[in-house]
Amino acid sequence: MNDAEDAITRAYRDEWARVVAGLTRRFGSLDLAEEATAEAFATAVVRWPADGVPPNPGAWLTTTANRKGIDRLRRENQRDAKHKEALMVSDNDPTEPIGVIEDDRLRLIFTCCHPALSMENRVALTLRMIGGLTMPEIARAFLVPENTMGRRITRAKAKIKAARIPYRMPSAADLPGRVSGVLAVLFLIFNEGYLTTGPGNGPVRADLTADAIRLTRLVCALMPEDGEVAGLLALMLLTESRRTARISVNGELIPLDEQDRGAWDPALIAEGHRLVRERLAAAAAGEVPGRYQILAAIAAVHTSARDIRDTDWSQVLALYDQLVNVDPSPIVALNRAIAVAEVDGPETALAIVDRLETELNGYHAFHATRADLLRRPDRNPDARAAFGKAIDLAGNTAETAHLTRRRDQLP
Amino acid sequence: MTLTRDPEWSVTQTEGEDLQMQYLVSVIDDMSTPGRSDRRPAISAFNERLIADGYWVFAGGLANPDAATVIDNRGEQQVISDGPFLESKEYLAGLWVWEAPDLDAALALAAEASKVCDRKLEVRPFA
Repeated sequence: MNDAEDAITRAYRDEWARVVAGLTRRFGSLDLAEEATAEAFATAVVRWPADGVPPNPGAWLTTTANRKGIDRLRRENQRDAKHKEALMVSDNDPTEPIGVIEDDRLRLIFTCCHPALSMENRVALTLRMIGGLTMPEIARAFLVPENTMGRRITRAKAKIKAARIPYRMPSAADLPGRVSGVLAVLFLIFNEGYLTTGPGNGPVRADLTADAIRLTRLVCALMPEDGEVAGLLALMLLTESRRTARISVNGELIPLDEQDRGAWDPALIAEGHRLVRERLAAAAAGEVPGRYQILAAIAAVHTSARDIRDTDWSQVLALYDQLVNVDPSPIVALNRAIAVAEVDGPETALAIVDRLETELNGYHAFHATRADLLRRPDRNPDARAAFGKAIDLAGNTAETAHLTRRRDQLP
Repeated sequence: MTLTRDPEWSVTQTEGEDLQMQYLVSVIDDMSTPGRSDRRPAISAFNERLIADGYWVFAGGLANPDAATVIDNRGEQQVISDGPFLESKEYLAGLWVWEAPDLDAALALAAEASKVCDRKLEVRPFA
């Protein structure tokens, strides 16, 4: 890769969201901002290899995109005189100080993750507007046809415009709820990468997990005082650290207790642990940790054990007890039961799991957990049946392979 | 009652730099689990506040959907039929029209209004 290509790749990662966000504020239109930014990058692809990479690529892209946006407005103005006034107003805008531009990206994130948009539209819009992914890339990542993904993004932008979803920070009262809405979008992107669904598909999409981490890093940098954002970043890093150890060469899922811990990524673990320690210090100072911080702390306990036998299960269970208070969902109760099995034995855990049947009957992990807890001589047929249900429900190829092997290993 | 806008509102709409938006707020009730029927005084008090704070354009409660009549005069002959155009468990029980700066402002009001009238609301912008 030559210098110009390298610079363009880096600019996509570092400058795309900044340029789109700045233009959205200036022109008041996501559509125009997106198109003008894409045009500016296309111009860079032609010009940088010929003219050399500009000393400040971000500034070059912003200036170029602004010009493209104004050109576009001028062309439209010839058809619509009313827009001319709007153009004059924005043309006279003084250059904004850097601080405001930083806020712009946050504004853009809150707009793209607005609760009035459907979750799938939020994800698509966030990857396009903040992540800078192209439409074909997003469509591929979510296994939908390109025109379906295009329609989602078009519909989301049309709703933002028609319903006037504002381009600004949520009020202080709304902020916690709105931040957790943003984090849900980022976590969904990460999980789709980490546990890709669909039979004809590879088990992991490293590009999506990397995008989710990159976006979460950005939100974390923009909202350094928010403990849940840091918690989610730590959770992603600690989960990602185990990625390569999680899938065998045959494409089969390797559970935590069988993973080669030497293959875990020490740099990601170190960064994740540092973030968790900061959150623990904040909790000790009286801050109440939310679900992502607790999940990150659980991941930190696991990644601290050099061997599965060194796992501090009572610590894991204590954290799950805390998590149940914050998030009383049946899935959390199911995961807690796995820790209960390690601390109090499989019988106690099985009793807890069986109580979750009505809510979790359609969830493969419920049956897989039950199957695990049932592996005793007198209950082998039950275990086999439970593995069977789990296999039918699991959508991820590596999980299906792993569950099938486990079932076939039963005596 | 007809849906007309207070002329004063049009004035404020054209004057301000920050144009106001109008939202139709539909009150949705459910045949099988209707909202409480004692909400009228609370709704009146809420409407007074909407007026005082400058959000109010229109409010009205509707009669039962059975009282509706559908007329179609697009063809050669007009056709009149009894009942609502759409039979459903959920139905439009009333409506508001609000003027608000953006969707966040409208949704904040709607969150309050839903409690006040004990019913689900749909917030939809005018084009």
